[in-house]
Amino acid sequence: MQKASVSTTAPTLAHGPKTRLAWVGQGFLLILAVLALYIVVRNLIQDPVQFGQIIIGGLQLGFVYALIALGYTMVYGIVKLINFAHGDVFMVGAFVSFFSVTKFNLESWPAVVFPGLPAAVVVVIGTLTVILLSMIVCTVLAITIERVAYKPLRDAPRIAALITAIGVSFFLEYFGALKFVFTPEFIPYPSPFTVVTFYINNGIQMMVPGKPLPGHVVTFTSIFVIFIVATLLVQFLLQYLVHRTKIGIAMRATSFDKPAARLMGINVDQVISFTFAVGAAFAGLGGVLYAIAYSSIWTQLGILPGLKAFVAAVVGGIGSIPGAFVGALIMGLAENLTMGYISTPMRDAVAFTILILVLLIRPTGLFGEPEKEKA
Amino acid sequence: MGLIDIFTSLVKIIAVLAYVYGLLWVLGKSSRWVKIAGILVAFGIIQLVITVNIGGSPIFNGFDLGLLFQACSMTMVALGLNLIYGFNGQFSLGQYGFYGIGAYTAADITYRWINGDARGLIVVLSGVIIVGLMIFGLRQIIHRYRGIPVLTQFTLYLVGTILAGIVAVYIGRGIAPAINPLLGTNLVPGALAQGIPLQVVFFLAIICAGVFAAETSFLFGLPVLTLGSDYFGIATLGFTIVVNTLMLNSDTILPFPEMKGGRGMIGIPKLTTWFWAFVFLVLVIVVMRNIIRSSSGRTIMSVREDEVAARAMGVDVADTKLISFMVGSLFAGIGGAIYAHYIGFLSPNTFNFLLSFNPLIIVVFGGLGSMSGTIAATFGWTFFLEGLLRNLLGTMGTDAPTWRYVLYPVTLLVVMLIRPQGLLGTTEWGFLKDILIKPRVKPQVAAPGPIAPAESQQGLD
Repeated sequence: MQKASVSTTAPTLAHGPKTRLAWVGQGFLLILAVLALYIVVRNLIQDPVQFGQIIIGGLQLGFVYALIALGYTMVYGIVKLINFAHGDVFMVGAFVSFFSVTKFNLESWPAVVFPGLPAAVVVVIGTLTVILLSMIVCTVLAITIERVAYKPLRDAPRIAALITAIGVSFFLEYFGALKFVFTPEFIPYPSPFTVVTFYINNGIQMMVPGKPLPGHVVTFTSIFVIFIVATLLVQFLLQYLVHRTKIGIAMRATSFDKPAARLMGINVDQVISFTFAVGAAFAGLGGVLYAIAYSSIWTQLGILPGLKAFVAAVVGGIGSIPGAFVGALIMGLAENLTMGYISTPMRDAVAFTILILVLLIRPTGLFGEPEKEKA
Repeated sequence: MGLIDIFTSLVKIIAVLAYVYGLLWVLGKSSRWVKIAGILVAFGIIQLVITVNIGGSPIFNGFDLGLLFQACSMTMVALGLNLIYGFNGQFSLGQYGFYGIGAYTAADITYRWINGDARGLIVVLSGVIIVGLMIFGLRQIIHRYRGIPVLTQFTLYLVGTILAGIVAVYIGRGIAPAINPLLGTNLVPGALAQGIPLQVVFFLAIICAGVFAAETSFLFGLPVLTLGSDYFGIATLGFTIVVNTLMLNSDTILPFPEMKGGRGMIGIPKLTTWFWAFVFLVLVIVVMRNIIRSSSGRTIMSVREDEVAARAMGVDVADTKLISFMVGSLFAGIGGAIYAHYIGFLSPNTFNFLLSFNPLIIVVFGGLGSMSGTIAATFGWTFFLEGLLRNLLGTMGTDAPTWRYVLYPVTLLVVMLIRPQGLLGTTEWGFLKDILIKPRVKPQVAAPGPIAPAESQQGLD
C-alpha cells in the first residue's frame, strides 16, 4: 500500500523505440489546436475591443491563481501532499479582511492616529495593514493546520494525510458556513479603497464616475494594476527566498531528499512548517485582492480557484515557481476565452482538458525538471 | 429527539453490520445448497423487517429503508473505488462522475419508457452493444501492433465511438416508432409500461447504465491512466466536475430536456425494491471477490505493488489499469442506477464534486485493499452520517445541515490521526477471507526443473 502511494510519476506514454501511427494522435491534437486558434483569431478580427477585455479579465484571474498556486507548488514539491485546505486558507484571508474592514475599520487607522496625514497615504497604509493582517492570520492558520493535521501523519501512508487535508478543508468551509461564524450566504464585500476604472482611448485615461465611457473601449481597474505589481513582487521575493537565502537552500534540500537533508542537520519539520506559512501568506494576499476585485465573498469561494490553482501548478511543472506563474496565466486566459467564446459552463472543463493534454505531451509540466529515476 | 431514538439508531447500525457479516459468512460456506439457502434467508430477513409491522409501524420505516438502499448503492460505488485505488493503486476521484452517469442514464431510459418513448432504451442498448463490439474489435487490431502511442489509440477509439453513437441513434429512430404505441402514455400506461415488462426494462436499464459508465471510463481512462498517480487523481476530479457541469446544463448544452438541468430530474419511476438492491449488491460482491481471487486479481495487485517489477514479469500494466478502472466504473454505474430509482429524483447537486470525496473517505476508512472493510464502512458511514447525525441534529434549527458537516470532518480527522491505516486495515471477513487461492490439490514436492509449467503461462499476454 505504502509503496503504491509513494510510486513515482513515471511517464508511461508509449514512446517506444518505434512508434506507429503517431501522426493520427498528433493530427488530432493539431485539429484541436487549429480549431481553438480559429475561434480566437476570428473573434479577434471581429471585435478587438471585446477580445482585449477578455484577455484583461483572464490575466486578472490568472494572477489570482498564481498567488494561490505558489503555495500548492511549494507544499507539493516538499511533502508531496495535495493540500486541499489551501483554497480554504485563501477564503479565510478574504473573510479576515472583510471583518477588519467592516467591524474594525482597520483601513482608516492612520487617519485616526495621525489626523494630519494626506488621504492617499492613509489609503495606502490602511490597505497594506488590512492585507498584512490577513496574511498573518492565514500564516498562523496554516501552521496550526500543519501541526495538528499533517505532522502526526508524516510517516503514515500518504493517503491518510490527503484525507485529513480534505477533512480540514470541509471543516473550514462548513464551520465558516455556520450562522454565528461567516453565514452561508454570499456577502457583498466593501473595498478598503475606491476602485478606479481606467480605459484605453488615446492612451490610458481615468474614468470619471457618472460620465459615460466614450464608446467601445477596453477598460481595466486599479485592482488589475495592483494584481500585476503584487504578483510580480511575490515572484521576485520567492525567487530570492528560494535561491539566495539559507532557509531557501534548506527548502530545496528537503524537497530533493528528506532523509539526506535531515542528516545534513536541516530541521526538516521547521522547513515544512515554514513552507506552509509562506504559501498561506500569499494565499491570504490573494484572498484580499480577489475579494476586492470580485466584491462578493462566501465560504466556498476557495474551492474551485484552489483546484484550478493546483492544476495550474501541475501544468507549469510542480515545484517550479515561474512554472506556477505561467501555468496560472494560461489557466486564467483559457478559462476567460472559453467563457467569452464557447460557453460559460464549460469554463471548468477547459482547465482540466489543458491539464490532461499538457501532461500527455510533457509529463513533468511545462517548466518541470525531468523526474529522476528512483531505485 | 430523545435518548431512546439515539439508542434505536445505534442498535440499527449494529444490527445492519451484524447482518452484513452474516451475509459474508454464509457466502463463504463451501456447500452450494447452504449458500443458496443462506442468501435466501438473508434476503428474507430484511424483507420481513420491512413488511412486518410491530404496533402499527414497521421496524424499518421508510427512512431506514432509504438509508439501506443508499448504503447498498454506495457499497457498489465504494467497492469499485477500492478495486481502482485499494487493489490497483490508481488514486481516483472520478467515481462520483461514473455514479452520476449511471444514475442519469438509467433514469432517462425508464423515464422515457413510462412516458411512451422507447427510444431511450433502444438507443442506449444498441449504442452500448455497438461501442462494446467496436472497442473489442479495435483492441484486437491495436494489440497486434506494438508501439502505437496512447494518443493515437484514443483518437481511433473516439472516432469509433462517435460513429457507433450515430449508428445507434439511427437504429433508435428506426425501431422506436414500432414499439411506442405499445407503451401508452404517462396517464394511460400501455401493456409494456407496467408489470413484468417494466421490471425487465429496469433490469436492462441498470445493466446499460453500468456498461455505459464502463465504456466512458475506458475512453477517459485510456489517455489519463498514463499520468502519474496524483495527476490522475486531479484529472479524475476534473472529470467529475465536467460531468457535473454537463448535468447542470443537460437541457441546454446536451439535448435532454427531460433531465431539466440544474432544476433536477423528477418523475423517475421508483422501481428499486429490496430485491433488486440485494441482487445487485450480492452480484457486485461476488464478482469483485472472484476477480480479486483470480489471476487477473493478482495482476491487478502486482501493478499496485510495483509497476516496473510487474512489467518485468510480463504484465501489461496499461491494460491492467484500464480493466480495473472499467470494472470499478461499472460498479459505480450500477450503483447509480439503483440510487436513481430509489430516490425518484436526480439533482446535479447530488453528484457535486465535493461529495465525490465520500467514496474515497469510505474506502480509506474501511482500509485500502479490504473488501469487508469497505462494505462495513459504507453501511456504518451511511447510517452514522445520514441517520444518526441527522437525527441528533434534527432539532438544532436551520444550522443543522451545516453542523452535520462540521462534526463529520472532525470525526474524520480524529479517526485518521488515531488509525491512519483505516478501521479494519486489511482484515477480511468470512467469504472474502481467503483472497489468495488455496491449492485444490496438495502441492507435490517441487521437482527440480527449468520452469514450473503452471506458472510459466501466467501473465504472458
